[in-house]
Formats: sequence, structure tokens, C-alpha cells
Amino acid sequence: MNVPLPSTTAKSGLVRPELVCPAGTPAAFRTAVEAGADAIYCGFRNETNARNFPGLNFDRTELTQSIRFAHDHGAKVLVAINTFPRAGATEIWHRAVAEAEDAGADALILADLGLVAHVAAKHPNVRRHLSVQAAAANADAIRFWVETFGIRRVVLPRVLSVPEIKAINAEIDCETEVFVFGGLCVMAEGRCSLSSHATGKSPNMQGVCSPPSHVVYKEEGTDLVAKLGAFTIDRTPKGVPAPYPTLCKGRFRAGDYSGHVFEDPVSLDAAQLIPPLIEAGVTAFKIEGRQRSRAYTHAVVAAFRKAVDDHMAGRPIAADMTRSLAEGQTTTAGAYKKTWR
Amino acid sequence: MTDTPLPRFPRLVDRVLGVLPTMPLDLVLRRFVTSLADRHPSLFSRLGDQAEKRFLIDPTDVAFGFLLRPDPAMPRLETVKRGGDGVIDASWDARIAGPLAALVGMVHGALDGDALFFSRDIVIEGDTEAVLALRNAVDDAEIDLLDEIAAATGPAERFVAEAMRRAAPFAERLTGVALARAGGHQP
Repeated sequence: MNVPLPSTTAKSGLVRPELVCPAGTPAAFRTAVEAGADAIYCGFRNETNARNFPGLNFDRTELTQSIRFAHDHGAKVLVAINTFPRAGATEIWHRAVAEAEDAGADALILADLGLVAHVAAKHPNVRRHLSVQAAAANADAIRFWVETFGIRRVVLPRVLSVPEIKAINAEIDCETEVFVFGGLCVMAEGRCSLSSHATGKSPNMQGVCSPPSHVVYKEEGTDLVAKLGAFTIDRTPKGVPAPYPTLCKGRFRAGDYSGHVFEDPVSLDAAQLIPPLIEAGVTAFKIEGRQRSRAYTHAVVAAFRKAVDDHMAGRPIAADMTRSLAEGQTTTAGAYKKTWR
Repeated sequence: MTDTPLPRFPRLVDRVLGVLPTMPLDLVLRRFVTSLADRHPSLFSRLGDQAEKRFLIDPTDVAFGFLLRPDPAMPRLETVKRGGDGVIDASWDARIAGPLAALVGMVHGALDGDALFFSRDIVIEGDTEAVLALRNAVDDAEIDLLDEIAAATGPAERFVAEAMRRAAPFAERLTGVALARAGGHQP
């Protein structure tokens, strides 16, 4: 179980970044591989996985078959076991680790301190990546994970600018992976309890942020009202793109102000930042969207495959390749180029 | 996936479907859904508890909708007529509504359901969890409706499949609608 470091292309001298792509189902998995993914990330159909949504994910047999398919096509598989185990139920997470290793996973994406310690002690040959859910956002935190548990790659939170990422990379001795497309979480991931407050279900413990079981859409006149649990999160008039009701992207009233407080309902698109992110020392680019269809998977993976390949070959990167797939039909470069409110 | 407007079936399709008698159509649909369950058991198992829900599939540009109950033991699919006010009077847990071309494009993996929802080309109502479970299960099954229709004809499968395979590319070019499964392959 060993993922080689990215190779350097002879032509440009640039280090080729790894394109890490989502798969919520075996069909999406095959689609991502065929669209040009270097690596696929996916998870089990249970609470060990931070995308524990209905109709999604893999059982043991599906994971084993999918990993075989990926390896036959030269792609790697990273298995996300990135929720925080419940006290008294750690066996569920330990079993997931053992089954992922047996299935031939190239690496595990982990978040919980105790689970990382367990994998380091009991499964030392498994390559360990630190999930964005661990919210390791500075060099000191990352060095702790690397030196204590042998973490080989850290998925950075979506709250850092490109210069900050470059500064972190200069101070650490492991690979970094950053999100380049998809849903944009602006919170301290793995620590956020907004959705738990509204629904009683936790993104961090049960793998469901804004669970669909608590989402209700209702047409009121020409408005579309989006609710999460008992809370109205947004109201959009006819013709305006519909949001998914997450609290961090909701519309709030505070004094005379009414609008989005934390973040607008938009998606991240950092395609144009591929060159500076490579320059900043990033090893892998991650596409969000395990809960999306294989149509999304194909379109976004193919677009980013082309973007990376174009840059490596010295060609310009096309703009706005995937805007129609974004929440709010709008994209942002997020914190990478953020001017904070 | 592009920013171009959604394709639509020609009005002629709605007119033809609108005059079809319901009873024979329901018999065909019963055979179709039974065959689908035999050929794609994972579609139904992936639904879990949501298989007990009643889904109203509401193609808003057609004279009727479809009521689906994807119970693996006894799957049901039947037509439900649209009233004069354009509303389908049926009892359901979840409703998925939009142009027929959008719904067919989703089934064939040519269009992304979330993007269609964000752009408000489709509307969902009722049990959101059930809708997502169905969307995810259908997407994973990599269904080709032409293959499924042909399979439901039993002994005539090869003949029907061949005829539809010949006609589909022409019809796709004419309408822009994704009439066959997009890319990829079935396991």
C-alpha cells in the first residue's frame, strides 16, 4: 500500500499534480476513472464516512471491485473514514479501516486523533492522509500529525489563501492537497455544529451536514422556500437559482442588514489558480462532490483533467468550464483570493 | 453539461401520449418495472427504507405522470392523469417534476440532477431524502431506457432493441434529447 510521489514532466519541468476525484457510487467511480482521475476518493455506506447520504457509497464487495477497476486503469483509491467515532462504538471504525486495507486501498483519509493513532499502531503499512475534517490549518498542527502519526498528506481547509498555503508548505515535511472545485465549506471543518444545532444530526459524528431527511422545499406563490429542520434558510424568487439549505450559506437578518452572512450559495472553482497553487507546492487537487451524479463527475473531472494537462503543456487554462454545475450557478475562488468582509 | 437551454420533446410526443388509453399503458409499465427490478436488483437494494415511499414522477409537458413504488418485492409503476388545472391528483411522498427531456436526461446520466434543481429546471417536493436516494440509486444503475423497454418485450427483445438502436441517433439529432445512456459502461 504505497502511493508514489507525483512525477515531474520532462517537457515543462513542473511537478504534475495528482487529480483526486469524488465517487459516491460504483458508476460514478468508473466514470471518474475513465474521465482521467489520477485518484478516486470514496467511502463506506455507513457513519464512518462524512458523506453518509441515502443511496450513496460502497459496501465491501463494491469497494473491492472498484479498487480493482481503478488499479487496472492506473488510478489510486483513497478511502475516507473521516468521521469521529462515537464512544463505545469504535469497532465500527476499526472494522472499516481493516476492510479498506483488505480491499486494497492506496491510502486512508482520516480525521479523528484516536483513529489515526489506531491505524498507525495496528495498520502501520497503510498510507495515512489527514482529512480536511481534522482542520489542520497551520504548520505547527500539521507537523504534530506528521511527526506523531506519520501522516503523509494533509487536506488543507478551504479557508487559506494561496500565499498562506505556500508558507505552510515551506515549513512542513508532507504533501498537501487542496480543493479546486465544488461545495465550499468555510467553517472550521470537523468542529462546525451549525447543522447539528438545526437537525440533531452531526456532520462530524454521523457524516451528514444538512441531512436531506431534514430538508424541505416548498413553493409559496412564486417563491421557493428552503427549510432545514424548523428553520427557513432561504427564500428565492422565480428565476433565481435555488440553494441547498445549509446554515452557513443561509440568509440572515441582523439589524438593518438582510442577506448572506458567512458565505453566498456558490461553489468553489479554482481552475484559474492551478498555476499558483502548483507554484505554492501543492501535491494534489481535490474535486468535491461525492453526493453528485455521474454527469457531474464526468463533466468536472474531464474539465480539470484538461485544465491540468493544458497547464503542464504550457497552454492557457479555459475559463468557466463548469459554472452550470455549481450551486447558485455561480463560482468563486473562495479564500484562495478572499477579501474578507 | 452546457449553459444552453434544455432540449424539449416535440409537442407531437405529448399529443400522442395524451391519447393513449391508460389501461394498456399500465400493463406495459407493470411489465417494464418488473423487468427493471430483475435486471437491476442493486437499484432497489440501494434505496433501503426509501423503497417503501411513493414517488410522483411528473413530466410537466406531458398529459400524465407516473406513480412509482420501488418496493423490491412488488415494484409498481402506473400512470396518473393530469387534471384540467394541470395538477396531478395523487397521493405521494415525494414529487419530482420537470420537462420530460430533463427527467430522461437524468436517468441516462446526461444531465446532473443537482444542476437541474439549482437552475430550477426541475422541482422537488415532499420527502427530500427519498428523492435523493432514488436519484442516487438510478444514477448508479446506469439505466438505458431503450434497453429496458426492449427487455420488457420478452421474446421480441432483440428485434425491438435493434429497431430502437437504429432510430435513436436520428431522434436524438432531431430533438437534442438524450435518448440513450451517456458514455461509460455497465458493470
